[in-house]
Amino acid sequence: MSVSSDQLFEFLCRMGDNTLVLGHRVSEWCGHAPVLEEDIALANTALDLIGQTQMWLGLAAEVEGKGRSADDLAMLRDVWDFRNVLLVEQPNGDFGQTLMRQFLFDAWHLAMLKALMQSSEPRIAEIAAKAIKEVQYHVERSADTVIGLGDGTSESHRRMQAALDLLYPYVGEMFVPDALDDLMAEAGIAPDLAALRGGYDAHVGQVMAEATLTLPEGGFAHKGGKSGFQHSEHLGHMLTQMQWMQRAYPGASW
Amino acid sequence: MRPREEEIWGWLDAVPDPEIPVISVVDLGIVRGVAWAGDTLEVAVTPTYSGCPATSVISMDIETALRDRGVKDIRIKTQISPPWTTEWLSDKGRARLEEYGIAPPRAAGGPERCPHCQSTKVKRISQFGSTPCKAQWRCEDCLEPFDYFKCI
Repeated sequence: MSVSSDQLFEFLCRMGDNTLVLGHRVSEWCGHAPVLEEDIALANTALDLIGQTQMWLGLAAEVEGKGRSADDLAMLRDVWDFRNVLLVEQPNGDFGQTLMRQFLFDAWHLAMLKALMQSSEPRIAEIAAKAIKEVQYHVERSADTVIGLGDGTSESHRRMQAALDLLYPYVGEMFVPDALDDLMAEAGIAPDLAALRGGYDAHVGQVMAEATLTLPEGGFAHKGGKSGFQHSEHLGHMLTQMQWMQRAYPGASW
Repeated sequence: MRPREEEIWGWLDAVPDPEIPVISVVDLGIVRGVAWAGDTLEVAVTPTYSGCPATSVISMDIETALRDRGVKDIRIKTQISPPWTTEWLSDKGRARLEEYGIAPPRAAGGPERCPHCQSTKVKRISQFGSTPCKAQWRCEDCLEPFDYFKCI
């Protein structure tokens, strides 16, 4: 089963845009977190995600072979070219909502990277092996915080339940394979996404039980992010911030 | 004349880590290889954490140190595989970290003792610290906070 460079580029953009968009979202907390330790933890998490983005989009640019760099892909594409899942572009909300989004993503990210370490494409396996070490720390912290706040005061519990109700419908998109995902799985480049769901549900279910939070019923899933078909209105607003410098002063560097 | 690789390793062992200047880039285990390709000296460097902003400064410092020794053609290669691990920290580096007030990494996932008063009554404050490679801990005896070089 062979995969074209266009298809591989598309897959790498999905990985890199997830970490880029979430990394930027988390960086919005820098200097605003409720306590200093959390501020530092959020900034470090954002930094790891941006570092991982450089590897994914760097490889995407190389595979594409059109002379673009990771920076070009990050700063000079518009909304419709982004391939991140809808979950990561959702606004930060309060601190609890940010950490709920983080945990729902981290638990998927960890399972995905673990599988990608076995990728038939060695460069993907290498990036996954590097990134997973950082993501293990991310998920440890986001799970602890979800538990601490969920099983906390009545106010923190209420907010965490509201965050879970709001964000859970975005989980499905990470696991429902489309034609590109199927192709990657057949070629042994990436895992069958649907097969990751069982482990994820067990992990998330255990953390939510400890957090005394209830998973919403029903399997509705918002879709359209990873295909680029329909991002939520939030991504464009985020890009106006993230890309402002390169748009206003093209080619600016230091 | 091309300097011998052993000599070059010695020069690099004098290049301090920009964030933790008591240890060298060699102590940190991020210099993965030094080899001549014709008249070009190739130095393979691996990042500690993928987003660590010190990585580009380290490459610049390595290049400057080698130029000061008269090496003209230098190529710094970034190598991500195998991924960096704290097991590559040298024993000299570990000892220096502790003297400096940073508890060295341990496979057990936490510091053995407080680097200030050597008490073993220590408590984690946060898994994240002032740089990606460190976590924040506190000593319950001398009450001082300290950095722990986390294990990856």
